[in-house]
Formats: sequence, C-alpha cells, structure tokens
Amino acid sequence: MRKTTAVRWSAGLAGSAMALVAALAPASGASAREGAVKDASCNWATATSVAACGGMSALIAAAQKEGVLNTITLPPTWANYGTLLKEFSSKYHIKYTDAIPDGSSQQELDAIVHEKGTSKAPDVVDVGTAFAIDGASEHLFAPYKVQEWNQIPANEKDANGDWYYDYGGYVSIGYDASAFTSPPTSFKSLLGSQFKGAVGLDGDPTQANAAFSAVFAASLANGGSFNNVVPGIQFFKQLASAGNFVTAQSDAATIGSGQIKVGIDWDYLNAAYAAQLQGKVDWKVIIPSDAHYASYYVQAVSKYAPDPAAARLWEEFLYSNEGQNGWLEGFARPVLLNNLIKDHAVNESALAKLPVVSGAAAFPSQAQQSAAKAIVVQQWPSVG
Amino acid sequence: MGLTAPARQVRPSPEEATAPGPPAARGGLRHRLNRLRRLIGIGPFLAYLTLFLIVPSISVVSSAFEDEKGNFTWSNITASLHGVYLTSYKTSLEISAVSALVSAVAGTLVAIALASSTSRTLNRLVTTGSGVFANTGGLPLAFAFIATLGNFGIVTKILSAIGWDPYNHGFTLYSATGLVVVYCYFLVPLMVLVMLPAVQNLRSEWFEAASILGASRRECWHRVGIPLLGPAFFAALMVLFTDAFAAYATAETLTQGTVPLVPIQIGSLIEGNVLSNQQNLGDALGLGMIVVVAIAAVLYATVQRRAARWQH
Repeated sequence: MRKTTAVRWSAGLAGSAMALVAALAPASGASAREGAVKDASCNWATATSVAACGGMSALIAAAQKEGVLNTITLPPTWANYGTLLKEFSSKYHIKYTDAIPDGSSQQELDAIVHEKGTSKAPDVVDVGTAFAIDGASEHLFAPYKVQEWNQIPANEKDANGDWYYDYGGYVSIGYDASAFTSPPTSFKSLLGSQFKGAVGLDGDPTQANAAFSAVFAASLANGGSFNNVVPGIQFFKQLASAGNFVTAQSDAATIGSGQIKVGIDWDYLNAAYAAQLQGKVDWKVIIPSDAHYASYYVQAVSKYAPDPAAARLWEEFLYSNEGQNGWLEGFARPVLLNNLIKDHAVNESALAKLPVVSGAAAFPSQAQQSAAKAIVVQQWPSVG
Repeated sequence: MGLTAPARQVRPSPEEATAPGPPAARGGLRHRLNRLRRLIGIGPFLAYLTLFLIVPSISVVSSAFEDEKGNFTWSNITASLHGVYLTSYKTSLEISAVSALVSAVAGTLVAIALASSTSRTLNRLVTTGSGVFANTGGLPLAFAFIATLGNFGIVTKILSAIGWDPYNHGFTLYSATGLVVVYCYFLVPLMVLVMLPAVQNLRSEWFEAASILGASRRECWHRVGIPLLGPAFFAALMVLFTDAFAAYATAETLTQGTVPLVPIQIGSLIEGNVLSNQQNLGDALGLGMIVVVAIAAVLYATVQRRAARWQH
C-alpha cells in the first residue's frame, strides 16, 4: 500500500518534470500556460514517434530528466549489450539498471505485468517473436516508431509499432578446431564417429529458443520443412543413439573446460565464445551447409514504462548507425544491416568477422513456429 | 496416539513441575500472557508460512482451474494428465522412488555401522559431512558431476585409461540412470541424518534379551531390529522421495529436457523462451505435484506416529 503512494508521488514528479521540460522546450514560443496545455497532448508515455513530441532534443531533455533506464534480461556478453548500455549511458548521462540478466522472454513479460506501477518496472524489453506477439495481444507494449522505421522491412515489424525486429543470426555449428581432423560442415556430418560424446545444444529445446531453433534447423537438413519439425527430433535421436549428443549445455564454461567440443547455437553466440576463449580453445564457427535457419529478436517499449522518454531514446539509439554497429560488433546481424552497408556506414572489420552464409536465409511463420513448438514439447523427452 | 498420550501424563512438563504456588493462581493473567508470548514467538514463522507456502499454494491451485482470461476450466487438468505430461509423472515417480529406495537402504546401513562404532570423532565427522552433502544440490552439483563423471570428466578419463570407459558400457550421466546416481549423492547423507537417531535408540539390552531367550542373530534382527526400525525407515523413505521428486535445477542442467520430469515441464511452461502463455498448464502440473507430496506427507505422518512409540 505504502508503495503505491510512493509511486504516485514519483509519477506526479515525473509528470511535473515533463511539464517543465515542455515549458522550457525551445520550440514552444507560447506562454507557460499554453506550454502546459501542449504537454497534455504530448506525453512521452503515449508518443508514437519522436516527431510527434518535439523532436530529438526534446526527447533527450525529457529522458535526462528521468535520468534512468530500466532494462531487463540483457546479458552483457549477449550481442554486445554490455557495451551498448555503457555507450548509451555515457552519451546521454542516463543511468541504467538491468534486471535478471539471464532471465527469459516470459519473465520479461511477467515483469511488465507484476511490476506495473513501480519505479523498478522494465522500460523496454528484448524478447523472442512469439512473446512479442503475445505481449502485443495482451496490450503490454506502447507503440513507437523509431526514425528509421520505414527502412525496417514490413514483415519484420508490427504494423502498429508495438514491436520491431532488432538483431538476429543463423543457427551455426561451433567446434574446437584442434579436436577434429575433418571439421563439421553440416548437420549430417555430425553423425560421424569422430564426434562421439562431443555435440551439445544451448539448452533445452522446450525452454531455450536457441536450442529449439537448432532442432528446427536440423529438420530442414534432414528432409523436413517449416511444416514438419519431426525429422529434426529424429536427427537428435540418431545423434543420441550414436553416442554423439551430450545434454550438457553449450556455453563459454563448458566449451572452455572441454566438455563441449561441438556446439549448435546462434552464430553470434558461437562467435562471441570464440572471441572470449581466444588462446584457450580454437573455436571455429560455420553455418551448416544443409540448413540456413535465421531468427531475429524483437524490441518493444513497455506500456507501463516508468521512464517513457528514456525508453524511447534507447530505441532511437539502438536503431541509429551507432546502435546497429554495436550489435554487429557483438557478432549479431542488425535488422538494418543492408542499409548500413549501402550507406557505407557499416563497421567493416566487424562485418568481416561474421560467419559466411551462402544462399538465402529462411524464416518460419508464427503459425509454423507454434505448431513446431507443440510437437517438440511432446516429443523432445523421447530423445534421451 | 493412544500410546503416546499416557506417556505425556506420566512425565510432567518442566513448567508444571516447577510452577510455584497453588494451581488457582496460575490460571489467570500470567498464564494467558505466557500463551500470548509463545504465539508472538511463533509469529514470524507463521507469517513466513503464509507468505511463502499458503499464498503461493492457493494461487497455484486456483490458476490451475483457470484459462488465460481467468475463466473456470478443466482443460489444464486434463492436458496435465495426457501425453508428455503423463509420461513425466511416471518418470518423475520412478526416478524418485528408485533413488529414494537405493539411498534409504545405503543410508540405513551407514547409520547402523556408525551407531555401533565407538569412535566419537568418526561419528562427528560423518554427521557433519552428511549435513553438508545432504544440502548440496542445484547447478553446482550438476557441474561437479559433469566434471567428474561427465563424458570428458576426470573419473571417466581415469576409468577409460584403465580400460573400462563407462560410456562404452551403456552408462551416461545425462540419463535417468545418471540422475539416480546424482540424487543418491545428496539422499544417502540425508538418510544417515534422519535414521541415525532411530538406530541409536535401538537398545542393545533388547537384543541381549532376545538372544538370552534363544534367538539367533538373524532372528534378533527379524523379530526386534527390523520391526522397530521399519516405521522410521519408511518415514525417512517418504522424506527422500519428496526431496528427489522436487529436484529441478540439477536434472535440467544434466538432461536438457531429454528425460521428462514434472518440475522440468513446469519450468518450460512458466519461464521458458519457447512456450508462451502456458502458465495455467504449469500450475495444473504444480497442483499434481502438491497432491503427490501431500500423499507422501500423510503416509509419513501415519508411519511416524508408529515410529515415535519407541523413541523416548
């Protein structure tokens, strides 16, 4: 109960701070009284674009008044988020707190609901597409279109602005180059006897999106399709009965200690492990020749963001060339990568470090994903 | 019940024995204050129970019967008893039962050996060690086992160096068998801790009396030891069973969902990155777990009452 009063008080404070900002904004030549009226129609919590509310300088000023950005579930080593947050913070003098760095998409949505009205509630989320669609249907997001909105392809964003792709990558195979005479090239090649006890996934496919995507990709490599994930499950059964599949999770710790010698994971994670373990493990990354499976994560602003201006400024930052290159430096493929390349704004050396992909990427639709998930949940436990 | 009640009458509580003055003086204010003070003492515990056991349980049970919109439905319960979820109950019950039974037998043998040894240092060492090991679990335990008995673990390497690679003989840590081995790691010490008092309560006089009356050593155990230890053993078995039944982090880390267990399914349903909006089904599985644990608790209480007869 006491919490609610405190929150109301701070919301009131934020409100008056915004009124003050609006009154002082250089664009408003009118009297302070009129400025206050203008503020009522121009609330950052409902602003759907930066232009609708006085442009970047007004947004920056409002965000700096808030002074804080609450993010959630952004591991510092994941897609370069640690650096991105630090750069944002020092550029705009806004502090940030990242709640539960190793949490899941579901926990992010839960936090929006459960922490609604508190100053700790998340301002922005980075979730899997399925969760973005869920969150939008539960009206948890505030629609917002960054300045680069029109450059994001139509099928990579919600038309209303509730969510938008941010960065993504391909399912890849990472391997310890010193452990094998002939390196893996495809999913099928992993069945060879030299990979006994060596192949791991990044988690449980019924819980971790990276692992689920690996099963889907394995299906493509083994005669399956986006409408048929079963060959992917059968592939892992084969891999398990050959003694090649280990259920230890592939991550920097298990790769570093030699428990995992082949890890199927997003290319940006495998590439990050390679950089992290340089000098310890000769970790190489390839995109399997028999499956090009890509997937993106999604940005969204919380409808109940306690710092609505900072939330929007963060999105503007992420979709600027600086933010897009930031993800690229974390080995992820930013959604505006093609534009960056076209505009000669791309960080060439970071681009050169991405694993080579020959041929086009393919995405399953949401309906295909849901159907595949239902099957993986039922059948994955038969793999062991 | 019938047997413990008279015992309490025979032995007056210290409070009654030392209370000064005529009984009439005690019934009044002071007595009530005392009672209040005792309630205050237990207050924080009751608050803790309410916040962390009763409130969550009620919310699990109620949401198990709700759909996404909060309307009443049986569909979660039905779904939780079909397909992979039914299999998960079977596997969970099997793994918990097997590891509880193996650990119970091993732990009892250790407790008997310990009770008959006269070395107090050994006694203290084993009980302290058991206290530590019984509370080792979760991720650290899983990683410890991966580093020792994993596919490239130290013990595995040593064994394969002397010509017997367990992974060539059907063993893998990342399987149901592997889980039983890992569970035994913390269940055996737990059994030792739970059984030791019961074993120490076995008076050697009873065995001597039996053998004077002509019982062989085997008959002594058959007629005296086992009937006396039986209820305590069974009660402890229930404790181990529920402990294994609820284990989550260790199993998830080791098997990545390839061995279907109820807690892992709940984890996938309520906090994963793959399935969205399935919390109610997760709560239905949670309700099922509450039912299983409640049955084990009732059995425990029933048996414990029998066991208590001889423990004073």
